Amino acid sequence: MERNFEKPKDIKRISDVIWEIPPSYKKGMLVPARIYATKKLLDEMDAGVFNQVTNVACLPGIQKYSFCMPDGHWGYGFPIGGVAAFDSETGIISPGGIGFDINCGMRLITTNLTFKEVKPKMRELVDTMFKLVPSGVGSKGFVEIERGGFKELIEEGSKWCVRKGYGWKDDIERTEGYGRIDWADQTKVSEKAITRGMNQLGTLGSGNHYLEIQVAHAHNISDFETAKKFGIHTEDQAVIMVHCGSRGFGHQIGTDYLRIFEGTMKKYGIEVYDRELACAPFQSKEGQDYYKAMACAANMAFANRQVILHRIREGFSKVFKTDAEKLEMNLVYDVAHNIAKLEEHIVDGEKKKLVVHRKGSTRSFPPNHPELSKLYRETGQPVIVGGSMETGSYLLVGTQKAMDETFGSTCHGSGRTMSRAQAKREVRGEQLQKDMEKRGIYVKANSMSGLAEEAGMAYKDINEVIESVHQAGISKKVCALRPYGNIKG
Amino acid sequence: MHKYKILEKIAIADIAFEAYGKDYNELFENSAQAIFEMAVDIKTLKNKIKKEISLEAETIENLLYDFLSEILFLKDAEQLIFLKCRVKIEKKVNKKILLKAEFFGDLINPETQKLENDIKAITMHMFRIENFKEGYKATVVVDI
Repeated sequence: MERNFEKPKDIKRISDVIWEIPPSYKKGMLVPARIYATKKLLDEMDAGVFNQVTNVACLPGIQKYSFCMPDGHWGYGFPIGGVAAFDSETGIISPGGIGFDINCGMRLITTNLTFKEVKPKMRELVDTMFKLVPSGVGSKGFVEIERGGFKELIEEGSKWCVRKGYGWKDDIERTEGYGRIDWADQTKVSEKAITRGMNQLGTLGSGNHYLEIQVAHAHNISDFETAKKFGIHTEDQAVIMVHCGSRGFGHQIGTDYLRIFEGTMKKYGIEVYDRELACAPFQSKEGQDYYKAMACAANMAFANRQVILHRIREGFSKVFKTDAEKLEMNLVYDVAHNIAKLEEHIVDGEKKKLVVHRKGSTRSFPPNHPELSKLYRETGQPVIVGGSMETGSYLLVGTQKAMDETFGSTCHGSGRTMSRAQAKREVRGEQLQKDMEKRGIYVKANSMSGLAEEAGMAYKDINEVIESVHQAGISKKVCALRPYGNIKG
Repeated sequence: MHKYKILEKIAIADIAFEAYGKDYNELFENSAQAIFEMAVDIKTLKNKIKKEISLEAETIENLLYDFLSEILFLKDAEQLIFLKCRVKIEKKVNKKILLKAEFFGDLINPETQKLENDIKAITMHMFRIENFKEGYKATVVVDI
């Protein structure tokens, strides 16, 4: 099939923050593509996004629209920021719609400490965390685990961690899907994937992954009532945010199944524009095997972030010489932003079971959704959006409008806008570290070039991204979170 | 002829490159070199360990995909990183293509090595091997 890298000329304005590309744009499009973004963000999007979001619109069984969120950018297969739902009977599942870092996600933890209390200890906190949570190339975690134990863990997720003493009981309730995807089946995972990932529990990885100490300043709170229900109740309260995924285990599962799917496309008569969109019918043996293996990787990621939370509690407890319970280090929520899930949605007035792919997109479920724990039934689901280490992050809340329009999905981060090579040419890691310290952000990184690649200028303006989803109503602002201490993988 | 070139305007959160070789052996070696040099400043890495692997695949492109993926597997499973490699590719009778490779490097040690990107995976996005005037060219996008 031919490539089309042209920016579409006939993008239709649906509202100030919704743009539509009609099926006439590309041969084979089954549905239109919709991009959620302000005009400014739309104009700045690279041509790769338009190409990829319309490639996805050609995949069998796609429902309503192929979506891209405002943080969207050129990825591989799906665009980053891509959301697509497929009919569970006639549609497909694609590893390229999830990413190799299966269940890469965000975790937000509160404390009862204020900015005044953490500020003088910021260096000590960051240095302590840097030791307790390994990061960077090939890092190993502290949890000693046998092969058999790891096989249990990938079917149990966060529940395994709590059972082994790496967490509090109510952490489970504060995790998407209760920290465990129950269709996980370890027999669908290669021994190679287990060998690759079993020593990495409790590690951050590198790239854009981080652990950050942030503050919810009172002037940055937009919705005090919801913030309070999420555990942000004190002026200038310190919180901790974690961004990481399923490490080498998930990466290997993605790699294994991409190769399997490549070999089966012909059998099912599926053609795609990009080899990374290799897919199989959801109901086929290959499709089901991947779905079950992917769930194992998702469980590993929940467990990974759970073990990291345990280490964060240990670190704070050590620095402040008191129990984590007394510091009220509660999990606000843990969200997945690279995943596919079988969910119920309304299409043309009818309830349907769909395979919703979110690649760089966060679930944004509304109040009273049956899949939410009773803790958040009234408010709606907390949505954690990780920004760059210089500009800050956001806590949002899920809405009915997201259910009605985007299969219960919203943005996931601020979205990259500059290549890694260009960022390294424009910024030196050592200088950036010093400049950030002058601005009150203490950052510790494994790699100075890696730090330069993650400079704030390499990302879109997060406020503009949040404005897009807030204005569209697919999630609502609760508060902005300002970074003060950062560990970069 | 350069060993490889980083392509900047593709998949901006990740890293794309083109590698070149007069034959498949050199093409594979130079593609691997791009991966080695993304993970570590090879000047800081000692040549202390030799690792041998053999692989087979149905097509030359799939063989390259599996070969580069194997480097990432060894990084996580055995904590090995490399500074160079030697590759020998031969056709087998049953139409599968066989590869033997020797990797040279060391165990990961953040104290002595300048480590950089922890590459997650080799993607199939734009992945291809083409003929060009001086031999072969591979296009690869890696997930960072």
